Amino acid sequence: MNKKITVYSTPTCPYCIRVKQFLKDNNISFEHHDVSVDQEKAEEMIKKSGQMGVPVLDIEGEIIIGFDKERIKELLGI
Amino acid sequence: MYDLIIIGAGPAGITAGIYAARKKMDTLIITKDVGGQTAWSGDIENYTGYQFISGLDLVAKFEEHIRKYAIHLKEGEEVESLNKVRDVVYLKTNKAEYEARTVIIASGKRSKELGVPGEKEFKNRGLTFCATCDGPLFSGKDVAVIGGGNSALDAVLQLARIAKKVYVINNTISLGADAIMREKVIQANNVILFNQARVIAITGDKFVSGIKIKAQDEEKSISLDGVFVEVGLKPNSEFAPDAEKNAIGEIKVNCNNETNLPGIFAAGDVTDIQGKQIIIACGEGAKSCLSAFSYLNQHKFSDDKN
Repeated sequence: MNKKITVYSTPTCPYCIRVKQFLKDNNISFEHHDVSVDQEKAEEMIKKSGQMGVPVLDIEGEIIIGFDKERIKELLGI
Repeated sequence: MYDLIIIGAGPAGITAGIYAARKKMDTLIITKDVGGQTAWSGDIENYTGYQFISGLDLVAKFEEHIRKYAIHLKEGEEVESLNKVRDVVYLKTNKAEYEARTVIIASGKRSKELGVPGEKEFKNRGLTFCATCDGPLFSGKDVAVIGGGNSALDAVLQLARIAKKVYVINNTISLGADAIMREKVIQANNVILFNQARVIAITGDKFVSGIKIKAQDEEKSISLDGVFVEVGLKPNSEFAPDAEKNAIGEIKVNCNNETNLPGIFAAGDVTDIQGKQIIIACGEGAKSCLSAFSYLNQHKFSDDKN
């Protein structure tokens, strides 16, 4: 199973670090955008999620705001 | 029925859990998240054994330690009510109901809200409680920090480096934080300070576009894109209305972490103890577990397994 996952985060937010660690621990590869430096991706994230809080995950078009472990597990079947 | 339910998995709750596991108490931990406020702490330089560790790394250590034991830990669950009837404590969460002989309340504190129109609607739509997390999204924009204490000025100094202008809305006569921080804030040339001022509304359409403030009896509108709320913390103690509390809602405990309710103990930042520190919360968590353990030993409950 290889779902396309995009993570939008900032380097300073604790839950951004944890969400990325969680994916790595589960051997799940993902695309990552640092929205503190990438203005274009920041706008993409705001448009997709309708809000400005990080982290945001895009799992095949499903948007998850924050480190919602249960929902990530559910969508990835882990 | 559990021997012990611990509410919260910050430093106090985790330490209580480790002690409970080693005493082989049948224990459940119910928590919104692991780490609590520690996860949001930047650099920690006063936790014995570590000359320096980040909040996040310390939480990872805590989690690793508790997971070593066969302790049930329910994450993402919040306690909504706690009632003691005879010898049983009944807990209701947003997901289920539980019963226990003893409970340790280690639910910590959360950011205080402003309670003004627009705050709920614009949360994460320009209004945030975490400058460290969301600050970088406001580079080159005008923002406001609400508050005048240490955490507020910490946010101001972080944002002054990123944002165009930083308005500080402080409700006292002058800033209250440590002198060293006040000096830095005053020296920053893009910080505009309003003392004796309070926010009366957050305005905008889809996202924040401004705030209304009342500064020394004069109303003013400021257009900006970001609002960072740093007006302090309040204890997560509302679910326990029968527990005796002080004026700011902290649960009163004695030196053995006993509350006014027999069998119910409390530890860490949710209590009225003086120092709100990670290492103190850990120690209080350990103490509270030992107290719960001796309470169970003193009372021979009929349904006990042994």
